[in-house]
This record gives sequence, structure tokens and C-alpha cells, in this order.
Amino acid sequence: MKVKMFSYNQLDTYIHHLSGLTKFVCFLLLTTTVMLSFDIRVILFVLILSFALFKVAKIKFSQVKLMLIYVFIFLITNFILTFVFAPLQGVEIYGTEHVLFTIAGPYVVTLEQLFYQITKLLKYLSIVPLGIMFFLTTNPSEFASSLNKIKVNYKACTALSLTLRYFPDVQRDYHSISLAQQARGTELSNKEKLSKRFKNIISILTPLIFTTLDRIELITNAMELRGYGKSKTRTWYAYRPLNKNDYIAMGVCLAIFIASLLITTFVNHSIYFNPFI
Amino acid sequence: MTKKSLFSTKTIVATGLGAALFMVLFMFVKIPSPIPETNLQIAYGVSAFFGAVFGPICGFLVAFIGHALNDFSYGAPWWSWVIASGVAAAIGGMVYFMIDADSGKIGKSEIFKFCAMNIVGNAIAWVIVAPILDIVIYAEPVNLVFTQGLVAFVLDAICACVVGSLLLLAYAKTKTSKGSLTKE
Amino acid sequence: MRQPVIQFKDFTFQYYSQAEPTLHNINLTIHSGEKILIVGPSGSGKSTLGHCLNGLIPFSYKGEIQGSLLIHDSETKTQTLFDLSKQIGTVLQDSDGQFVGLTVGEDIAFALENDNVPLPAMKDRVKKIAQLVSMDELLGSNPFELSGGQKQRVSLAGVLVDDVDILLFDEPLANLDPATGKTAIELIDDIHDEGKTVVIIEHRLEDVLHRNIDRIIVMNEGRILMDDTPNNVLSSNILLEQGIREPLYITACKYAGIKITPDMNPEHISTFNIDAVANQLQSWFKTHNRTLPTPKEKSLLEINHLSFSYDGSRKILEDINLIINEGEMISIVGKNGAGKSTLSKLIVGFEKEDKGSILLEGQDLVNYTIKERAEHVGIVLQNPNQMISKNLIYDEIALGLRIRNINEEEIEKRVLDVMKICGLLPFKSWPISALSYGQKKRVTIACILVLNPKILILDEPTAGQDYHHYSEIMEFLESLNKNGQTIILITHDMHLMLEYTPRAIVLANGKKLADTKAYEVLCDPVLIQEANLKETSLFELAQKAHISDPLKFVECFIIQERRERNHES
Repeated sequence: MKVKMFSYNQLDTYIHHLSGLTKFVCFLLLTTTVMLSFDIRVILFVLILSFALFKVAKIKFSQVKLMLIYVFIFLITNFILTFVFAPLQGVEIYGTEHVLFTIAGPYVVTLEQLFYQITKLLKYLSIVPLGIMFFLTTNPSEFASSLNKIKVNYKACTALSLTLRYFPDVQRDYHSISLAQQARGTELSNKEKLSKRFKNIISILTPLIFTTLDRIELITNAMELRGYGKSKTRTWYAYRPLNKNDYIAMGVCLAIFIASLLITTFVNHSIYFNPFI
Repeated sequence: MTKKSLFSTKTIVATGLGAALFMVLFMFVKIPSPIPETNLQIAYGVSAFFGAVFGPICGFLVAFIGHALNDFSYGAPWWSWVIASGVAAAIGGMVYFMIDADSGKIGKSEIFKFCAMNIVGNAIAWVIVAPILDIVIYAEPVNLVFTQGLVAFVLDAICACVVGSLLLLAYAKTKTSKGSLTKE
Repeated sequence: MRQPVIQFKDFTFQYYSQAEPTLHNINLTIHSGEKILIVGPSGSGKSTLGHCLNGLIPFSYKGEIQGSLLIHDSETKTQTLFDLSKQIGTVLQDSDGQFVGLTVGEDIAFALENDNVPLPAMKDRVKKIAQLVSMDELLGSNPFELSGGQKQRVSLAGVLVDDVDILLFDEPLANLDPATGKTAIELIDDIHDEGKTVVIIEHRLEDVLHRNIDRIIVMNEGRILMDDTPNNVLSSNILLEQGIREPLYITACKYAGIKITPDMNPEHISTFNIDAVANQLQSWFKTHNRTLPTPKEKSLLEINHLSFSYDGSRKILEDINLIINEGEMISIVGKNGAGKSTLSKLIVGFEKEDKGSILLEGQDLVNYTIKERAEHVGIVLQNPNQMISKNLIYDEIALGLRIRNINEEEIEKRVLDVMKICGLLPFKSWPISALSYGQKKRVTIACILVLNPKILILDEPTAGQDYHHYSEIMEFLESLNKNGQTIILITHDMHLMLEYTPRAIVLANGKKLADTKAYEVLCDPVLIQEANLKETSLFELAQKAHISDPLKFVECFIIQERRERNHES
């Protein structure tokens, strides 16, 4: 049950060589492109692009298998729920109704609904490889430093980098505490009643919180003794200056983002691409 | 004793470790709720606790960073819910200005304030922020997102209030004076 | 005369939360380039003194200061924590807490980052300092890939990077195995040779004295009791009086009735001149030649061909075979990462073995859940705070029984019994937060004992404890053992193994290297090398005194120790 955070490996690929800042900016630009558009052509373009980049970054299927399974479960649930709650959402959006067949009562399958749901599904799907790629190819410390470069407060960046640093320690604390409580008889399985399970979890959480508070005190001292917080800015050892490739990558992503906005404004006149009229 | 500054090194460290703790709980400790396919996320009790002890900014970042990193490990963050988590903890964390957990004086009225703020915070986050973001970004059906939001509100508010209060009480007890004890 | 760099003048400090001052009238001068060791039991004020030096007092821990403390001739009260951090570098006890960077390079650079040093200059400086502590090959490694000793090197580099000229080490040996501790002391000595002033706070006196120390400051109850050269301190009786452990070779000489004098050079075993008194040691050996009783052997726990790995490829344990007998108190030793803790986790069912079997009284434990196993084998974690979840001691101990649905009457009887055994009855209605560390430890032991396990496993029961608390915990465990409780101790404390456990199992790289008498382990150079242990100075003492059977001498010493402990003669 050990989750490895940022199973990041330094490989010799174009994507790995980009700075964390570039990857973060590109990630935000491309995901925003997809979020702000309901045009299946734009979404498909980003989707294909992101899978192509997957290949460039030499990410193996085995590395992402588990994540993909979670994503598919989520997408299928969302797909079904959407239909159950709003079978005519597509008709409402696109303004026409091409009935394919009727299931029962208000549950009619229309071309519009299928188109809407497939677009939405692809919309979610296209973001996933981008997120995974960002996660697997970015050096976490460099990422924290690059956030600071785009004017995120350095204290927030420190908090993020401390989260990444101490996640495994807290996880280890959690495991030893939970095992020790199980040895004393605390049951964590689904067999117990709800109120009892709350109680049991509290008996793990209390020592975990206090162990963490002790750790906070210690780390605070360690950081202040080394001058943390003395000035309004700080530099970052892990920061990597940008080079030509970084600007090219950001430029391309920005172009895609702007192109998508232009399509929305001048071609579709709405965020939806409507093939039905 | 004076209150800790909202930007002291200790608050920063608490934020970092609080977010790590949030993440660990978010990943491993879920209680299936009576409503199918939903979980009681104990982690919301932790963000509520950190908010009350270290302030709203800490609360916000604990939930925001913790939730976002958790989502990253499955693919990509679902920003609308990540932001909502942060908003809930930030509003709940306003109680930091109303109670002083470090004094060790946590009674009924403090717990009441704590719960009230967290219920308000979770209501705004899950019934307003998350659904609206979902509709704007993903064009999700309105009734679907509001139903989901309502369920999330009830479950997360329960976690924040129950778990958060218990942690707050336990925390306050360690701050009581030690001079009054005699051996039997 | 060398330049004074630290001057305490009539310095008194009182924490706001305390009724009494923690430091009283401290007068102490430390000169540039000196190497000072501060010793004292817990609560003696030595850590508070350290906090005053590095500025945590008064900047993080509030209190009232009287008198003056000058560092480089300027008053600390008028400076900031950051000013002080440029003059004094502190290496904290917990190297995991101090390691705040995600990689070695970042952690070393931390202070430079806070000073806004530009990137190219920073990289240069980090590289240079990393070379100084031989970590330059590992700049990209993260803390989980490093050993305890390596992490400490990084901590040291992290303060050296600021070019401070005073270094403060707060219990540098606490989390290290014996051999790594020895290397750490050598490293500190090398840094000192570069011209730094070094202050070490530590209670493991013998280990620190592995290299030269200029002065030892003995503290207790907030006062300095002695401030003298190691030879003079060791020749006095002050250490024993203040509950600080003397080097074992000194204790042995005292048993033999030898009066230690400064001209014998007692500060290191290697320089210790005992030519004049060797005959006294020999005759003590002759008159005290006893043999430890061999315990009856009735197998309780049997481990056969046990193998385990976390990831399927790197073996943590490989083909371990061993037998624990009923009523034994046994140590499992070996360097950090040798598989000691993993072995204990397998026994209590926290992890599942890949191969092999664990039998308790002939019964295979394989199908028992963690909860069921706990009624047979109980484990006490190193940090008591990780086990305590209730506010009241009684409720904490009763927890395991209540979950097992035992009736309240029976629970009360069992809890009170266990509280009595553990000496906790006087604190029956106390909240746990009011207890000391040692008392909390007892509570966690009581929580496990109340389930009546046949075997009790303790992970580093005395880590970070001073001699007084160490003895208190160990004597308590010994008394449990005398009542028939089988106890397994996982430790890298060589004193503990030598003094309290007749038998020891040595693990290295997942394999069992030895299973023998504890004192034999510490007299076997090959074993010591392979398992990162440290030879006992008693062995060298015996050799120096031309005793024909040094091993036997060590055995006799242990018997004598036990008798002294139990006030027999």
C-alpha cells in the first residue's frame, strides 16, 4: 500500500529537459483550452497532441495503468449519472432533437445527447495524460521554485515543497500508528458500525496529529536556525533558467490556446460546436 | 500569549505538513457513507482543525494542496472540487479569529462556533462554488451537480464538525496547566 | 590567550511557563577553536543552554533573561535569530527533521537560498561544502535513499555552508548505530581541525571521547557543577553523582578498587596508562571469576527460513532461522536498515513473510490476524506518542480490553494489576499529557501487557534517554523478565545489549550473522565490522592489563554490574 509520490525519473527526452515552469504553464494553457471549449475538434486535437507527447516523454503504459483504471471508472460513472440526471441536456444545448430510440419514460437516447456526452468524456480524458505527464516528468523541487517565479508567494511554495518532502514520513507515521492500533484490536474493516468506525479512526488520528505537531515544531526550529523567512524574497537551488526550447513550447501552447479562443468567438459564436444546425 | 502570525515560519511548516497529512488521509482513510458510492472523507476534519489552530490561509492551503496533489496522483486535478475544498477550509478557518485553541480553553461555545463556521464554509463550497464551477467549465447538468454538491456538503460538514471538534478538544487538553495534579 | 567567543556572565533564564529558572547564574567562557562537551542528565538545563546559544531562546521560546551572554563580544539579546545563525550553526538531534530539502543539494543550499545568493554562486558553494563532508557524489539523492549517518553529514554541510565559526551539536549520536556514531565523532573532529569552535551536547560520554575534547562541562539542575579537562573530570566522582554514565573501562577499574588519577590519562582507552595498576585488575579478575548461569531452554517462538522483501526484488530478510526461549530477554542488533524492525513486524503480523514460518509454541501464526496475534506477541513502538490516543491513563490501558468486549469488572482488575506492575498506580487519574517521556513509555508498555502476550517486543526502548531514565526503563523491563515475561529488544545501544540481555542476535543486510552471548558479540572484530557495531572498551582494557582471557573478563564485569544494580556484593 505504498504510494510513491512523484515517481519522477530524469530521462533524456525533450519533455524532461523542459523547465518545470514551462511544463506548468503549458499544462495550465492546454487544460484551460480544453476547459473553456466544448468543441470536439479542439478537444480531439489536444487529446491527440497529449498522447503524442506521452510517446515523446517515453512514459510506459505500466507506469500509468493504475491511474488510467481510476480515470475510466470515474468517466463511466459520470457518463451514466449524466444520462440518468439529464437525458435531454444535449437537446437543450444544441436546440435540435434527433431521437435514436426510447428506453423508458423520459429516457430517450438522442444524437445530441450522445454527442454532448462523448464531447464531455473526451474533454475529461484529454486533461488526464497532460496531468500524468506533468507529474511524471517534473522534478518536484524545481516545480516549487518555478511557481515562485510566476509570482506565487514564496511561503506558499515552501509549504508545497514541504508537503512533497514530508508526505512519505507522514505516511510512514500513519502506517505504524494504524498497525499498532490494530494490534490493540481497533477494527478498520467495513464490519463495524458507522459510529464505532468514527471512534476507531479518531484513535488513530489523535496520535497522528500529535506526532505531526511535534514534527512541525522541530522543522520550524530547523528552518529558522538556517535563516528561513529573513527577507522578502529567496532564491532556489533547484531553479533552472529557461532556454530556447522552453520559449518554443510555451509559444506553441499559447498559440493553441488563442486559436481555440478565436474558434469560440468567431467560428462557433459560443463555447459549443454545433454540428446539428 | 499572543496569537501566531498568519505568515510565521511555524504556520508555513504547519501548512506543508498539514497538507501531507490531508493527503495521506484522503488516500487511505475513507468511511463508506450510507449513501452508495460516497465516502466520508476524514481528511476534511484535519483541514478544519488546521484552519482553527493556524488560521484560514493555512486551512485553505492544507485542503487545496492536499486535494490537488492527491488528484495529480490519479491523473489531473478536478479543479472545481479542489478549489471548493480550499474554500470550505478557508471559511471554516475564520473561526481562528474567534477562538484561541492555544489557551486550552475549548468549551461548548467554542465548539459551537467551530461547527457553525465549518457548516457555513462547507455549504458555500459545495452548494455554491463547486456546482457553479462544474457548470461553467464542464457544462455538467444542473440537477446532477447540485445533487452531488448537496451530498458532499452533508458528508464533509459532518467530517469537519465531528472529527475537527474531537481533535480540537484533544489539542486543548494538552495545553492545560500541569501544576494541579497530585499522586494518589 | 585565545579570543573568547562565547561568554555567559551571571546568566539566568526562566521560561514564562515555569515557576523556577531553568538556568541559574551561569558563568562560562568558551574560546575560539575550543572543543567543548556539555554533559548532564535530562532536565539539567543543557539543552536550554544550547537554545540560548543558537538564539531559539529568546526568539522562539519565550522567557526572562538576567545577566549577559556575549557571542563575539556582542550581546545576544540585542541581535536577531538570523544574526545569530550567521555565527553559530546548529546540527539538531533529529536529522530527518533538519533535512528540509527534497534532495541533498537543496538541503545544503537552504541557508544560501534564504540569503538570496544567486544561482551560480550557490551551486559552487554547495559543491565545495559537499566535498568537505564527502557527499558530493550524492547531491541529487533524496533523504529516503540515505542512511542516518549520511543524513547527518548533510545536516552538518547545511550549517557549514554559512561559514559559521561556532558549531553546536545537539546529541549528535542519538539516532546512529555505534560504528556510524564513531565516524560522526571523527567527522566533527576533522571539522574542528579546520579552525571551528565546537560545542557538543551529548550524554554518551565514552563515545564522544573517541576523539580529543578540550573541556567537559558537567551540568545539573540548571547549574554548572564542573568545568575541567576530561582527565580531571574522569578522575573525580562527579559523573556518577550526577547520574551520568562513565566510560565502561573507568567503571571496571573502580570495581577493581583502582583510584583514577589525571596522570593516568583516562580520557581515551588507548592513552589510558594502567601499567602501575594492572595487577589490581588481574587480582580482581581472579577473585571475581564467575560464570553467568546458562538459562533453561524451552523453545517458545521458532522462526524458520524466513524471507521478506517490500518490492519483490531487494531482500530485506533472507532465510532467517532462530529460536526464542521462554523467559528470555534477548537483543536483536545490527546497523540501521539491517532488517531488525522488519523482523519484529513480521513476528507481530504487521507485514507478511514471503517465505518461511513463525511458530509460537509449535503453532503456526500464519492465519492469525494482527489483532489475534497481539494476544500472543505484543509490540511497543519506539515513540510513545505514536501509541497514545486517550486522555486518561486508565482509559488508554483499558482500550484493548474494551474493544475485546471484556466486562468492566474484569477490565478494572486487569488494568489495575498492570498499573501496579508498571508503577503507574499513583498516577491513576492523571491525564497522559502530564506525564514525562519515561512514564508515557510505561503507559504504552502497560497497554500491551494488559493483553497478556507471551512475548513482548520493544523497538529501541531507551532511544534518546539519559542514563537515569535508561536505567529506570531497563530495570523495569528486567523486573518484568524476572517474573517470567519473555522480552525481545531491538536496539543499537551496545550498553543495553551487554548489560541486560544474555543473548544477542546480530543481523546484517537481512541475514543472521550471529546468535550468541551478548558480550561475545562485542569482542569479535569480524562481527563488529560486518554489523557496524563497536568493540567494547572492556576488551581493550583487559588486553592492556595482560589478562589472559579478555572475554571472560568482560563476562565477569557484567556479572559485577548486575550485582551492583541489585545491591548485592
